[in-house]
Amino acid sequence: MIQQALFVITLGVAIYFIRKRVLRLWANIGLGKDRVINDQPGERLSNMVLVAFGQKKMFKKFIPAILHLFIYVGFVVINLEVLEFIIDGVAGTHRIFAPYLGGFYTVLMNIFEFLALAVLLACVFFLIRRNVLKIKRFHAAELTAWPRMDANIILCTEIVLMLAILNMNAADQVLQQLHAEHYMPTGKLFLSSFLVPLYDSLSETALIVMERGAWWFHILGILAFAVYVTYSKHLHIFLAFPNTYFANLERKGQMKNMPVVTNEVKLMLGLAEANTTPPAEPGRFGARDVRDLNWNNLMAAYSCTECGRCTAECPANLTGKKLSPRKIMMDTRDRMEEIGKSLETGGPGAEDGKFLLGDYITKEEINACTSCNACVEACPVMINPLEIILELRRYVAMEESGSPASWNSMFQNIETSFAPWKFPPSDRFKWAQD
Amino acid sequence: MADMAAKGESPEILFWVGCAGSFDERYKRVTRAFVKILQAVDVKFAVLGPEETCTGDPARRAGNEFLFQMQAMSNIQVLNGYNVKKIVTACPHCFNTIKNEYPELGGAYEVIHHSTFLQQLIQEGKIKVEGGSFKGKKITYHDSCYLGRANNIYEAPRSVLEALDADLVEMKRCRTTGLCCGAGGAQMFKEPEKGDKDINIERAEEALATGASTIAVACPFCMTMLSDGVKGKDRENDVKVKDLAELIAESQGLQ
Repeated sequence: MIQQALFVITLGVAIYFIRKRVLRLWANIGLGKDRVINDQPGERLSNMVLVAFGQKKMFKKFIPAILHLFIYVGFVVINLEVLEFIIDGVAGTHRIFAPYLGGFYTVLMNIFEFLALAVLLACVFFLIRRNVLKIKRFHAAELTAWPRMDANIILCTEIVLMLAILNMNAADQVLQQLHAEHYMPTGKLFLSSFLVPLYDSLSETALIVMERGAWWFHILGILAFAVYVTYSKHLHIFLAFPNTYFANLERKGQMKNMPVVTNEVKLMLGLAEANTTPPAEPGRFGARDVRDLNWNNLMAAYSCTECGRCTAECPANLTGKKLSPRKIMMDTRDRMEEIGKSLETGGPGAEDGKFLLGDYITKEEINACTSCNACVEACPVMINPLEIILELRRYVAMEESGSPASWNSMFQNIETSFAPWKFPPSDRFKWAQD
Repeated sequence: MADMAAKGESPEILFWVGCAGSFDERYKRVTRAFVKILQAVDVKFAVLGPEETCTGDPARRAGNEFLFQMQAMSNIQVLNGYNVKKIVTACPHCFNTIKNEYPELGGAYEVIHHSTFLQQLIQEGKIKVEGGSFKGKKITYHDSCYLGRANNIYEAPRSVLEALDADLVEMKRCRTTGLCCGAGGAQMFKEPEKGDKDINIERAEEALATGASTIAVACPFCMTMLSDGVKGKDRENDVKVKDLAELIAESQGLQ
C-alpha cells in the first residue's frame, strides 16, 4: 500500500516536470515566426515513415546505423514493459500481464531481454566510439564539456537501466522457484537465467529486496530519464518525427522567396499598383535572432542530436574554417533556451540585448558557407542548417549592409553592369566574335 | 533573340549563356563549344546577347534579396516578352535559379542543363560518338552542388561521359556526398574565410588521386576552382579540366 502511494506520487512528480518542460519547449519554438506547412501530406508522411520511423538516412553509415537501430527498437519495445510497470505500480500487482498472456508472456519477456542485451552492447560500443576511438566528429570545437557529458550520461543511463531489468528478472526467477507469494511463473527467461547463480544462495527476504530494488531502480530511472531527455540533445527521439514530416520538400537548391521584397520590387519596377496596400510593417529582413527565424527552424534545433554528420561533410569545416552546421543548430537551441529561462524567471526574454547573430554565431562562420547542401543531405533527421545561415546573411546584407567588401562590390557590379564582374554589358555577346 | 523576333521567328531553345559564359575567358571556350554542337545538330537556337543579365544567384546567396529580385523580375520581363518556352544553360547556378526560383516570381519555363541536353542528343542519336579518341582514357567527373544535391542531376553528366567510351573513375566523395569546389553560395566572388586549406585544393587533390588525365566539370565556377587547384598542385600540364560540352565537341572534331 505504501509502495503504491509512493509510486503514484513519483509518477505525478515526473508528469508534472515533463508537462512543465514540454510547455516551455512549445513556447520556445513558438518564439519563431509562423510558417504554414500543410502541402503534400502524403509525401510528408512518407518522409516521416521512411526517415524517422525507418531510419533510412542513418544507414549511410552502416555500423552506427545497426547499433543505433538496436537502441531504437529496444527503446520502443521495452517501453511496452514499462506499461506493465506502471499498471503494477499503481494497482499494487506483480506482472499483471503474465496470467493473461501465459506462454506468450514468456516469449515477450525473452524478446525484451534480448533487446536489453542488444541495447546494452550498443551503448558500450557507442561509449567506446566516443571516448576511446575518439571519432573526429565527436571531438569538434562546438562539442564542449556539456554536450560530451550529455551523450555519456545518456549512454551510461541506458546501460544501467538494462542491467536493472536483467537482474530484476534473475531475482524474480529464483523467487518463483521458492514459490514466494505474488511471484507467479513467467517461464524460463533465457538471458537472465545466467545471472541466477548470483542470487541462488540468498534468503527469500533478501531476494525480495533485490527484486523490488531493481524494479524501483528501473522505473525511477525511466521516469528520471524521461524528464532528463526533455532537457537534452536526446529530444530527437520524439522530435525526429515532426521534423521529418515538416521538412523541406522542394529542390534543395531553391531558396525560400521573400514576398515582402517581391511587393517592393514590383512597386519599384512599376509592375504593381502603388495603392495595393503593402503590409503595415515588413519587420526585419532576414534573421538577427531566433525570433526572426520560423518555428520550423527552431523545432529543428531541438531535434538535433549533435551527431555531427553535417559538420563532417561541410567543405568549409573540413578545410579548417570556423563554420560548423552543427554549431549553427546548437547555437539556435542555446539561444532559445536562454530566452526561455529568462522568461520563466520574469526576465527580459529576447530583449536582453543579446542576439543569435553576434553573441552566438559570428559573421565569419556564416560567410564561409558555400550553400553546397552537404549538411542538409547528411542530416539523418532532415534538419536544414543552410536555411538559418541564409536568413542570417539576409539580415547582414539588407539590414546592416555589412557583407564582406568584395560581396558589396559584386552587388554593385550587378547593379551597374548586370553581371557580378565589372564588364560592360555591351560585351556580353563578344564570345561569338573572338 | 531580338533579330529572330524581328523576323517573326521563334527558336526551339533559348541558350542562356550566363555571365561566366559571356565574360570568363576560359568559359567562353565552353560557350563556343556548346554553340558548335547546337549548330552541328541543327537545333534552332537563340541567345539574348546584351539583353541577358545576371540571374541574381550570387546576390541571393549572399543575402541581397532585393538585388536578386530586381534581376529576376527584369529577366522574367525580357523572357516573357519574347515568349520563351524552353531554356538551356551550361551554368548550374543559372539553371537552378531560373528553374526553381523564377516560377514564384512569374517566370515559368522548361529549363534544361546542358548535361541533360547533351544526354538527350546522344540518346536520340543526334550526336554519334565514333572513333573513340577517349577510349581507355581516365576521366573523373566532379559533381557540381547545384546540379547534384540541389537538383538531383547525377546521371546525365555521367552518361555523356560514358558515351565517350572513356574510363570513368569516381572520386571517393561523389554524387550525394560530392565535395563542393568551394565557389558556391557566392564564394566565387570573395576570398575564402580563414582556414587551414582552400576547398578547391582539397578537391583537386582528391581528383588527382584518381589518376585521371581529365577532370570533367559541368559548371563555370567548378571549372575555375578546379583549374586553379590543379595549377596549385603543378599538374596543369598533364591533367586537364574540361567541360562536358568541350569533350563532346572534341569527339565530334568540332574544335
